[in-house]
Amino acid sequence: MESKGDFRAPVSQTPHTIEKPKDTSTIGGMISVEINEKKISVPLGTTILEACKMAGITIPTLCHHEDLCVAGVCRICVVEVQGMRTLQASCAFPITSPIKIRTSTPMVRKARKHVLELLLSEHYGECYACFRNGKCELQFLAKEYGIDQYTFGHVTEPQFEIDNSSYSVIREMSKCVLCKRCVRTCIDLQEVGVLEAIDRGDKTHIGTFLEKPLADVICINCGQCINRCPTAALRANDPSDEIWAAIDDPKKHVVIQTAPSPRAAIGEEFGLGAGHSMTRELNTALRRIGFDKVFDTNFTADLTIIEEGTELIQRLYKALVKKEQVALPQFTSCSPGWVKFIEHYYPEYLDNLSSAKSPQQMFGALIKTFYAAKAGIDPADIVSVAVMPCSAKKFECNRPEMNDSGYKDVDFGLTTRELARMIKEAGINLPEMPKSNFDSPFGEASGAGLIFGATGGVMEAAIRSVVEFVLGKKAEDIFEKANIIPLRGFDGIKYMEIPIGDMVGPVPKLLQSLVPNWDWLKGATLKVAVAHGTANAKKIMDDIKAGGKFSECHFIEFMACPGGCIGGGGQPIPTTPEIRRLRAQAIYSEDESLELRKSHENPHVVKIYQEFLTEGPCSHLSHKLLHTHYVKRGRYIA
Amino acid sequence: MLVMEKNAMTEEIELLVSKYGQSRSSLIPILQDIQRKHKYIPDFAQQEVARLLDIHPVEVFSVISFYSFLNSSPQGKYIVRLCQTISCDMQGKAAVAKAIERELGIKFGETSRDNKFTLEFANCVGMCDQGPAMIVNERVYSKLTPEKAVQILNELK
Ligand code: SF4
Ligand code: SF4
Ligand code: SF4
Ligand code: FES
Ligand code: FES
Repeated sequence: MESKGDFRAPVSQTPHTIEKPKDTSTIGGMISVEINEKKISVPLGTTILEACKMAGITIPTLCHHEDLCVAGVCRICVVEVQGMRTLQASCAFPITSPIKIRTSTPMVRKARKHVLELLLSEHYGECYACFRNGKCELQFLAKEYGIDQYTFGHVTEPQFEIDNSSYSVIREMSKCVLCKRCVRTCIDLQEVGVLEAIDRGDKTHIGTFLEKPLADVICINCGQCINRCPTAALRANDPSDEIWAAIDDPKKHVVIQTAPSPRAAIGEEFGLGAGHSMTRELNTALRRIGFDKVFDTNFTADLTIIEEGTELIQRLYKALVKKEQVALPQFTSCSPGWVKFIEHYYPEYLDNLSSAKSPQQMFGALIKTFYAAKAGIDPADIVSVAVMPCSAKKFECNRPEMNDSGYKDVDFGLTTRELARMIKEAGINLPEMPKSNFDSPFGEASGAGLIFGATGGVMEAAIRSVVEFVLGKKAEDIFEKANIIPLRGFDGIKYMEIPIGDMVGPVPKLLQSLVPNWDWLKGATLKVAVAHGTANAKKIMDDIKAGGKFSECHFIEFMACPGGCIGGGGQPIPTTPEIRRLRAQAIYSEDESLELRKSHENPHVVKIYQEFLTEGPCSHLSHKLLHTHYVKRGRYIA
Repeated sequence: MLVMEKNAMTEEIELLVSKYGQSRSSLIPILQDIQRKHKYIPDFAQQEVARLLDIHPVEVFSVISFYSFLNSSPQGKYIVRLCQTISCDMQGKAAVAKAIERELGIKFGETSRDNKFTLEFANCVGMCDQGPAMIVNERVYSKLTPEKAVQILNELK
């Protein structure tokens, strides 16, 4: 994922990317450039933009994004290159011979200003009534270039209707500057392919297939486009007004669950650098805002591991011992973007998808049943909110099948960005909050649930439990500190084999009703894989379809967003490769600092199987509340 | 579309793909052939082309929306495209346009009720020295006057 090499980039862009030499000490590997009279040397193929960054010079950009291939369409980044008649777009100019560059000449400044003024002439909107106010790249550039008048006029009426058909993403094309970052995100980065430029000339706008509303096309609600958009043209469908109303209503009991990824990123919205976990500060802030109870989504992440792991064991047992036809490999189902992706593009593989709900939805179902009964509250009075890094979670909680408690299991999905705004609106500076714990009866959760946030985390959590179940040994005896390194990091696709060997342990009590012993696994090798970003998911799916190596896997983790949830579409903007790395680091170090690092050791999970789901994992009640089914959507749009 | 029509369409596109190849650059010739035969490119055809070229339907739609000679909605039997670019404009395109609209009883951008005529503006068609110019299906007419244009259309009626 982090290497852009294998993107299916539009052909027009291929000549712009010049492979950088692996070994820059070869002759011609380094090129000397002179930027504003300062000499530096850069690897062959470095763009002028990158070279300027190395020289400590900032060049304004708009269509450029570190996650995406070069477009060169906005021309805000122009510089003068000696010997060239016209200004050059620095983001799209790879250096292949020694050149002299000037980045701030009268011509450059004038051109940049004109680009901005032309963009503003077609940009509808008033910054003070805009959700990107203070965080908008266009607004920032206008300020930086001292725009104080509309030289080329300014539109006063919106040119397009707002598309708010989707539960997740709202499109307001009157605010679009046609940078096409969303297009490259959706087509190249995610390979979903919802957005493209439609029409031509002054009628050009970003649209969908047949100009359908977003809810009617193959949008998977990942929100990655929102995260790349420099303006407010794309935004998430924000439920905070309804949540405030619930908080202000004394009859309502408002509970909130927080997922690990927002906690690792929300500090960024309060001026902290990336990679500061705010878990306990957030608990306090949420109580001060007025939430009645604060729960940890990791609790149901732990539960997911037990349910999904049990399901895997059941599938393997059926396949290997009973010789029944079962769908293998089993796919994870906690990423609602991925779920919608497979429903559209690979509906024939829906049986492979674990029937376990995502942690968010499991929690929702438990809150309005188990918790409501325990706390003696009428579930009709409970409003259940989930803080997620994800815009697809908004769609997920609105799926009609997510009503197993007899009510809407989760009422609102709230993104990290939206929660940060609510906290600010309440006048709270999050980093200054004292720390506090989660509320019972769910209490703390394990580090295994925590690492769900990063790509590979679900698999790592599952393997920590599965090896202990099957081998009867401590995960620490197999993997140093129970860290499963091959599953970490940002390679687009990760693969791992775990030989079971001849020494198996006793079957733990929880699973005794399902399998008599582990002898049938002796000598087997467990094969697992991990993919993040739907473009990588697509690669694995196509390989499985073709009967390749991944079709022999037993269990595969899929996350719709690059980097996993830490890079989710609801996370603070910007999200870049470096920021994803720091957020993941925060999560892994928090995990390492915990005592409790395996889902099956979580005492609250053990308890819920004793008190409530008494027939054990994958039993009748757990199927009713914690599992779901999927919809064959297909790829055709009528 | 009925299943049978869909199957026929898929077969037709498969043939075109084998004729022009599976690369992105085959998109335009394939779309042109479909347009020629059906006078427009139906939704289903756009999605089939996308599937067979391994691109996305919205990319196909984007290309169709870019070119005035490709349509995504049904058109009349005769597609009348009057040049609206500056040379033709200065040589009297407006009067020709009015006369055509009056004669057919529809506006530019519309299709007549009997599905015979669709009126559209086109950008420069390369006949600037002989304007105003229009193209009816694949035939070019130049040095138009309002009377001449009406006469041409009446011959087609
Ligand atoms: S998108 Fe940016 S420039 Fe436009 S109104 Fe919003 S904040 Fe202002
Ligand atoms: S939410 Fe995801 S799938 Fe939908 S348009 Fe945006 S990038 Fe594409
Ligand atoms: S919607 Fe946003 S990302 Fe997409 S082209 Fe417009 S401004 Fe750029
Ligand atoms: S940032 Fe270089 S052209 Fe847009
Ligand atoms: S301007 Fe009409 S043909 Fe060129």
